[in-house]
Amino acid sequence: MDVAAQMIMTHARWLQIIIVFGALATLEALCRFGAVDRFTIIPPSEMLVALGRLAAQASWFWPDVGYTLVNLLAAVMISVVGGCLFGHLVHALPRLRRVLDPLFTSYYAVPTFVLYPLVIVVFHIGPLSLIVMGALFGIVAMIVTTVTAFDRIPPVLMKFGRISRLDPIRATLLLKLPAAAPHLMTGVRLAVAYCVIGIIASEFILATAGIGRRVAVAYNDFDNQTMYALLVLILGFSVAVNTLLGIAERALHRRWHQA
Amino acid sequence: MTRSERLRDYAFLFVGLLLVWGLLNRWAGAEALSSPSETLRRALEFLQDRQFWGHAEATGIAFAYGCLIALFGGLLIGVALGASRAARDAGEPILTALYSIPKITLYPVILLIFGLGVSAKVAFGALHGLFPVALFTIGALKNTSPVLIKTALVLRLSAIETARTILLPAALPEIVTGMRIGFSSTLLGTLIGELFASDQGIGFLLIRAMDANRVSDIMALTLMLFAFAAAANVLLLTLEHRIRGADRVFQ
Repeated sequence: MDVAAQMIMTHARWLQIIIVFGALATLEALCRFGAVDRFTIIPPSEMLVALGRLAAQASWFWPDVGYTLVNLLAAVMISVVGGCLFGHLVHALPRLRRVLDPLFTSYYAVPTFVLYPLVIVVFHIGPLSLIVMGALFGIVAMIVTTVTAFDRIPPVLMKFGRISRLDPIRATLLLKLPAAAPHLMTGVRLAVAYCVIGIIASEFILATAGIGRRVAVAYNDFDNQTMYALLVLILGFSVAVNTLLGIAERALHRRWHQA
Repeated sequence: MTRSERLRDYAFLFVGLLLVWGLLNRWAGAEALSSPSETLRRALEFLQDRQFWGHAEATGIAFAYGCLIALFGGLLIGVALGASRAARDAGEPILTALYSIPKITLYPVILLIFGLGVSAKVAFGALHGLFPVALFTIGALKNTSPVLIKTALVLRLSAIETARTILLPAALPEIVTGMRIGFSSTLLGTLIGELFASDQGIGFLLIRAMDANRVSDIMALTLMLFAFAAAANVLLLTLEHRIRGADRVFQ
């Protein structure tokens, strides 16, 4: 990257920091001076203090965080592995792909929550239903990105695989997966984002434990301190995970382009 | 691909889904999900019900307002940020981060700000659709060929003329993609809004059916929603292909 481009990047970074902190400071001021009443939004500084207090004192905090994280991890694993396998299958069978295409493009326009009664009857109320709901949200994003990622593998690599007489399994493991890795990472990022939505939303409406459940309880009790503390936790977590996966994605892209 | 081939693919999908549905019905039992015929019968009953159309109208109005805000707001933000490099570099990552957060967690906040009622649904729907439209618009402007922009400079077009005659037509295909995704997201947002706190609308009918465990109602409503979303999606996709096709001819 040349010097001018680098300077523009640092400028942009500073501008971002100024915008984000400016917005937070404005919100803080509006709340402090009573322009926004405390029953609607509490000042951001108080949200952080409340979050610290919950983490230190509330007995349910760490068990519920753990519960949600474990379910999230399971849903992400199912989405990523299942989506990758099924995406591979769909990519290998163009006919199946054409048939399923309309289903994939309209999947995210329908609230998946409507499947909840079915999931409850089959998997019962508990962590398993939450994991299934999360995976239902995440898996289609992974399938679609896997298919497009495999589309982008340069044909010359596949020819090279044939020349080396790789069997299908080796071709997949040694050639296709590494070549598609940067684009697959995009799918992982999307799958995580969708799984977070699926898990938190399902906890919100149907669970007996978990962070989403706590948000719903706090909202019903008009306990704004707890509710905003938990919202900050969830939003901070999802932005942090998204940023980290984005960095990993860019690193993979760079390595691939340098090679 | 010819028309008949495409129709055959749709037929395959339809039959396949029906088969999976029938098997699931056998396996899980009628108390978990109703059979295709029962669901269709219930859906037809809904369509003849005056009350149902009242709820459909409530959802439709909230959805229409949400769409208007998401499409025009997203376009405005996208053009404002996409026009200059500094604004784009600073604004795009923030928009991406906002797009990726689970907006469902913000629903209590929306309710606290807007109260129960149609404005909360509209706000929640627009919140879902705004970011994809803005991001796709920024992406479209970013990818505009520099030659086109130089042409505008050579012709000494004003900023508004440049936007109207050069930038918008060049960016149109990607903007239409953004609008399609924004459309779907807004529908999702509106329905989720009705699901959690509302006294009318399709989402409200759904949550009431869920609470009373009326499986055939849930399935019938889901079927109609899916049909609507899929039909709208196919329509917008066709429009997108047509614009992209025209674009290729032009180039």
